[in-house]
Amino acid sequence: MMKKENVVIKSVEQIALDTVEMVVKNPYISQKAIPGQFLHVSVEGHTLRRPISIADINRENKTITILFKMVGSGTAKLAALNPGMSFDVLGPSGNGFQTEGNESSTILLIGGGIGVPPLYYLGKELAKQNKEIISVLGYQTRANVFSEEMFRRLGKTFIVTNDGSYGEKGFVTDVIQKAGYFDYYYSCGPLPMLKAVTAKLADKPGMISLEERMGCGVGACMACVIPTDSEGGYKKICSDGPVFHTQEVSL
Amino acid sequence: MNNLAISLPGLELKNPIMPASGCFAFGREYSEFYDLSKLGAIIMKAATGTERFGNPTPRVAETASGMLNAIGLQNPGVEKIIEKEVPFLAQYDTSIIANVAGSTLEEYEKVAAAFNQTDQVQALELNISCPNVKEGGIQFGTDPFMAAKVTETVKKASKLPVYVKLSPNVTNITDMAKAVESAGADGLSMINTLTGMQIHLPSRKPLIANKTGGLSGPAIKPVAIRMIYEVKQHVSIPIIGMGGVSNAEDVLEFLLAGASAVAVGTANFNNPFVCPEIIDSLPETLNRYGFDSVKDAIGKGIM
Repeated sequence: MMKKENVVIKSVEQIALDTVEMVVKNPYISQKAIPGQFLHVSVEGHTLRRPISIADINRENKTITILFKMVGSGTAKLAALNPGMSFDVLGPSGNGFQTEGNESSTILLIGGGIGVPPLYYLGKELAKQNKEIISVLGYQTRANVFSEEMFRRLGKTFIVTNDGSYGEKGFVTDVIQKAGYFDYYYSCGPLPMLKAVTAKLADKPGMISLEERMGCGVGACMACVIPTDSEGGYKKICSDGPVFHTQEVSL
Repeated sequence: MNNLAISLPGLELKNPIMPASGCFAFGREYSEFYDLSKLGAIIMKAATGTERFGNPTPRVAETASGMLNAIGLQNPGVEKIIEKEVPFLAQYDTSIIANVAGSTLEEYEKVAAAFNQTDQVQALELNISCPNVKEGGIQFGTDPFMAAKVTETVKKASKLPVYVKLSPNVTNITDMAKAVESAGADGLSMINTLTGMQIHLPSRKPLIANKTGGLSGPAIKPVAIRMIYEVKQHVSIPIIGMGGVSNAEDVLEFLLAGASAVAVGTANFNNPFVCPEIIDSLPETLNRYGFDSVKDAIGKGIM
């Protein structure tokens, strides 16, 4: 269950261009969060919270790792906070990736940009279930690349940059066929990427995680809706998602 | 004696605090955080005659001390709201105010009549001020003649008291208030959002898909205070005040300007507990500024 909690910063580090990794401590969220859920972060002086996905959990140390991109004044202010300081979050928020009951033996993780982080916590949990993990991670350019080593520890990993400055050149969809056989996929990234991925893998079962500008983050304000295939139907990304089965929503 | 209690047409409120329409859906989400019986009332999200999907996304953008939204009255339609949402809220010991919206006079009439068929709704808030839909809403809210007409129509279809929600996007708010009072409004609800726009530099396009959105949050509080202060001096019906309220001091400021009750909107998004926190701190705030009760403070800022 989502709660309003205070988290204490343990570390803050810039790990790529405009990209920050922050480790925070909170006993409740660290025990409850599952992969794909997010924290709805309050930044002092800002009207709206920022939804930031959970990149990792350490239940023993009671810590949560979040990775975010500095795209505006709110995320810049968050990045400027120091260890020992604390802030307020709603979390764990949303519905995460379902892994229980997934009989697939080989899993493909497809991440794009700031959509990569939640796939790490997911991959770690899947690896515990003895599944083979293959990752295809896309970034704009070399300077944006992060978390490569962590994914390599989970399994075979392909890095793609749009300009070819690092790894393969192109889009994640250009590299998927090189990944070899897999029976299920999980993907998180910008909408155009998710559209291309779900179209290319239309015959494979999978789950996707969506991002959208959010208001309340609890399902009340109807800011972050996505249409479903049924007539007039919709889902709320913050509370029904952010993770959906690929057939559940129409991108 | 409960010094927070206030009586308004159709409403015996144990305290003057209520979540504003559109910021609280139908209460389910916030009922996970606290007991909704704590609230003076709940203003439900707008209901239209039939289901509406609303506008494309992005639908929200943050601004300095506020936010823009263009949800577009997304709602499941009045019948489903009466069937599924009203009974849920009726379990709580709080008053239910239904926000009535539409594109035509007939639709407003239909929605109002439907809410009158239940015995679980205590008042209607007539939404003639939504800036985010192409038809209806604001076209009724910016012309005193049309505002009076829709108020009259809904009053005829309703035995429940009608609070007309005014738009700040007008030249003369007092003319609007007087027009709906003459047409039979039992109260006013003010203010709705101010139409605004934000342009996203990287894409050079309006950030909100609807291009324009309604500005809410602390940025609009002085506008709301000014409008309530003006209107209060020219009407005799009570005012539910709203616009950027985020703490008990803000509530007192609205009371001083002439509001008899206060709705909290955008602040719920940052702090889901803002309404109960305000209710808890209101007695002390009233006291600190020399008031014994909510009633005591209403209109005391007008000189």
